[in-house]
Amino acid sequence: MNENDTSVSRKPGELWKVIGASSLGTLIEWYDFYIFGSLAVIISTKFFPSDNPTAAFLSTLATFAAGFVVRPFGALFFGRLGDIIGRKYTFLTTLLVMGLSTVAIGLIPEYKTIGFVAPILVLILRLLQGLALGGEYGGAATYVSEHAEPHRRGERTSWIQTTASFGLFISLAVILLTRNAMSNEAFLEWGWRVPFLISIFMVIVSYFIRRNMDESPLFKKIKTEGKLSSNPLKESFGNRYNLKFVLLALFGAAMGQGVVFYTGQFYTLSFLQRVCNIDFDQTNYIVGIAIFLGTGMFIFFGWLSDKVGRKVIMMSGMLLAILTYRPIYDKLYQIADVDQKKEITAKGYTSEKTEPVLDGDFGANEAKILTRYRFYADGTQLADVRKEYLDPQTGNTVYTSESLSVKLTKDNMSLMVLLIFLQVLYVTMVYGPIAAFLVEMFPVKIRYTSMSLPYHIGNGIFGGLMPTVATYLVARAQTANELAAERGEQLPFDKPYLEGLWYPIIITGVSFLIGVLYISNKKRIDV
Amino acid sequence: MDLLKKYLGILWMLLGIVAGYYLIVSQAIPQFKSDNPEDLVPAIVYTFVLMPIISGGLLIFGWFAWKGEYDDEGL
Repeated sequence: MNENDTSVSRKPGELWKVIGASSLGTLIEWYDFYIFGSLAVIISTKFFPSDNPTAAFLSTLATFAAGFVVRPFGALFFGRLGDIIGRKYTFLTTLLVMGLSTVAIGLIPEYKTIGFVAPILVLILRLLQGLALGGEYGGAATYVSEHAEPHRRGERTSWIQTTASFGLFISLAVILLTRNAMSNEAFLEWGWRVPFLISIFMVIVSYFIRRNMDESPLFKKIKTEGKLSSNPLKESFGNRYNLKFVLLALFGAAMGQGVVFYTGQFYTLSFLQRVCNIDFDQTNYIVGIAIFLGTGMFIFFGWLSDKVGRKVIMMSGMLLAILTYRPIYDKLYQIADVDQKKEITAKGYTSEKTEPVLDGDFGANEAKILTRYRFYADGTQLADVRKEYLDPQTGNTVYTSESLSVKLTKDNMSLMVLLIFLQVLYVTMVYGPIAAFLVEMFPVKIRYTSMSLPYHIGNGIFGGLMPTVATYLVARAQTANELAAERGEQLPFDKPYLEGLWYPIIITGVSFLIGVLYISNKKRIDV
Repeated sequence: MDLLKKYLGILWMLLGIVAGYYLIVSQAIPQFKSDNPEDLVPAIVYTFVLMPIISGGLLIFGWFAWKGEYDDEGL
């Protein structure tokens, strides 16, 4: 028997336990990773006060480093372990590291209590979270695929792909439930810690489920035969033959997949909130429903990839994204653009109230809030909010902020759900088959290491940069237009709000071209 | 097709050089010079993480393509 032999005996039902245990753990890891992001605004007030430059520096470091830089290092570190000591023990470790870091974040005293120790601890724990996430996915994908029937590998591993979406759902649901279970003041004071702390229960359950699973049969076989790699890093990246596949996996698949994933599930959220000014709750509902409707498609495209090949589905998803992103985002903008709607001026009114503010924002302890409500013929509402933060001593205004909030009608919300669902569909096309695709590229003895790195560079770096770069491009175009308008010149950008899309279009375009030309659509049954 | 893959190798190498130039000259250097300490983090990330991965990766990938490593027979 050689290491490529896949003749592994499987008991009926055992495979579902493998898929369930792997997916549940990965789901919890995503949950843990997302709650930090979802509660970032509150966390920053507790641990990273904006008026302190060192704390702000640590905050930037936590965002940059854990968000995407550390993940590839986690892939290398845990990937190596997974190829030397086994898949099972490695992804048990990543689960514990992630879970315990999450709980620990929920227990750290605030900056006002322990000073700089607080942001430093948060930073360290956030880095550990990034490392753990980098090691988790490769382990779960490898573990499931090495148990799966060779002709159903795409379908079986696609369950793991659903966890990124479900993890986001559960994190938002837990935060929403916690907020609704207490007053706003209590949530801001201590309630935000609850989503972090309850992670411990999920981690314990998942740990015991995973602990009772067997090691991957293919890994056990090569271990018995003494064919394990003594240095997976050197064999993966120092060996010219393997390195060319690592690079092909990165530039021909994972890079485009990561960008399409982040555009469809994260940039779209930011675009609705910041560019279209859609109401916060409505934005979450719209994106949440679209992601929920699309989640089953991960399984469908994973299954389909077993029939027609991985490449054709992933490349179709990329091509559709490249061709339709601009019209889709243009339509999203038009739906929310009140300048194109007829205002019913008679219905408009203004309200004024004074409220206490959180943690003495801008040196104030209360703010005067002026809200002007406008109504439009199609049922759209616009709240134009102006907040004046008042000095507690003098009562003078120390800071002013302005924001817009558009509330859509149900019909317009449905239309937005449809447009975002299309993007989620592309996500499922590129993401559904990718675990099987990556697994089939590399031999068992270096698989965990070799597949984890391109995946996490593609997602963590190319994908993770997407919202930041796109937001920057939009802001730059808007500034250029404003400057041109001031000078009375012709505006350089016809639709500045679409400028951010050049990043996903170009990156996905390069990945598509490389994928189409260099990747084979041949089915690789024996791995 | 193999010939196209080979000659496109030059494009990937050029893309690697352009990406490196953009990351270092347009992004990292101005941020290293910035007075804002928060700019130091992205500058370090651009120089020591993104540039080697993106630029170096594309250069090696392009070189492999140019040398015919991705020919149908080679895969």
